Amino acid sequence: MSKSRTNWYKYAAPANFYPLAGKLIPLFAVPTVFLFIAGMYLGFFVAPSEAVQGESYRILFIHVPAAWMGMFLYVLMAVYAGLGWAFNARLASMMATAISTTGAIFTFIALMTGSLWGRPAWGVYWVWDARMTSTLILMFLYIGFISLQSSIDDPRRADRAGAVLALVGLVNVPIIYFSVQWWNTLHQGATLTARSFKMAPSMLAAMLVMLAACWLYSITVVLMRVRCIILEREREAPWLAEVTA
Amino acid sequence: MGGYGFYVWGSYGVAFLLLGAEVVAVLKRKQAIKRSTTLGETKLETPNSKFETA
Repeated sequence: MSKSRTNWYKYAAPANFYPLAGKLIPLFAVPTVFLFIAGMYLGFFVAPSEAVQGESYRILFIHVPAAWMGMFLYVLMAVYAGLGWAFNARLASMMATAISTTGAIFTFIALMTGSLWGRPAWGVYWVWDARMTSTLILMFLYIGFISLQSSIDDPRRADRAGAVLALVGLVNVPIIYFSVQWWNTLHQGATLTARSFKMAPSMLAAMLVMLAACWLYSITVVLMRVRCIILEREREAPWLAEVTA
Repeated sequence: MGGYGFYVWGSYGVAFLLLGAEVVAVLKRKQAIKRSTTLGETKLETPNSKFETA
C-alpha cells in the first residue's frame, strides 16, 4: 500500500468525495463574498457613467456574468450528465443534478435583468430577438431537466433521461453565443472578443470581478448541494448505514 | 442612478434575492436530512478507508 502517491480516482466514490467537498466549500465561499463586494464597488464607484445610456448600463455588471454562468453551467451540467451516463458514474450524474438549479437561477437572473435593462435602453421589456429567444429556450431546457429528473423515481433512470435532454439541448448554447453574428438582431453584438474589448478598462475590470464572484459562488453552492444529494441518494449504502440508526 | 433607479436596483435586488434564497434553500435541505436521520457528522467527514487502493 503506497502512501506516497494519491489515487485521485478514489474521489469518484460519493463516500470519499463527500468529505473532500466539505473541506473545499469554505475555500470558495469566503473569496466569493469579497469578490462580490469588490465587484460592486468597482461597478458603482470606479466605472464611469456611459455616454449614451448614463447610469442604466450598470445593470451590465450582473446581467452579463449571470448570462455567461447560465451558459457555462449548462455545458458543465451536460458534460457531467454525459460522463455519468457513459461511465455509469453515479457521482458525475449527481453533479449534473446539483448544477441544474444554480444554472437555472442564473439564466433567470439574466432574463430578468436583461428585461429591466431593455426598458430604459430600447423602450421595451421584451422582444423576440435571436439571443433573447434562445436564452429563453435555455431556461426551458433547465426547467425541463429539473422536472424530468424529479418525475422519475429510480435515480439511475432519472440520471440517464436527464443526460439525454441535457446533451440534446447542448446545441442551443452555441446558438445563443453566435446569434448576434448570424442574425440581424436587436441585442448588442460581441463587445469582448479574443482579440479586443471595446469597453473602458474600469468597466471590464468590474465585469470580470463580478464574473469571478459568480463562478466561485456557483462552485460553493454546487458543492453544498451535491453533498445533500449524496446523503439523500446513498441512504441505504453501507458507509452511511454504519452511522445512521 | 440618473432616473434609472428602479431598473438598476430592481435588477440587483432580484439577483441577490434569488442567490440568497438559493443558499438558504440548500442549508435548509441539509438541515432536513440531518433531522430525518441520526447522522454522525464526524464519521461522515472522514474518508472511507475501504476505498483506498495503492
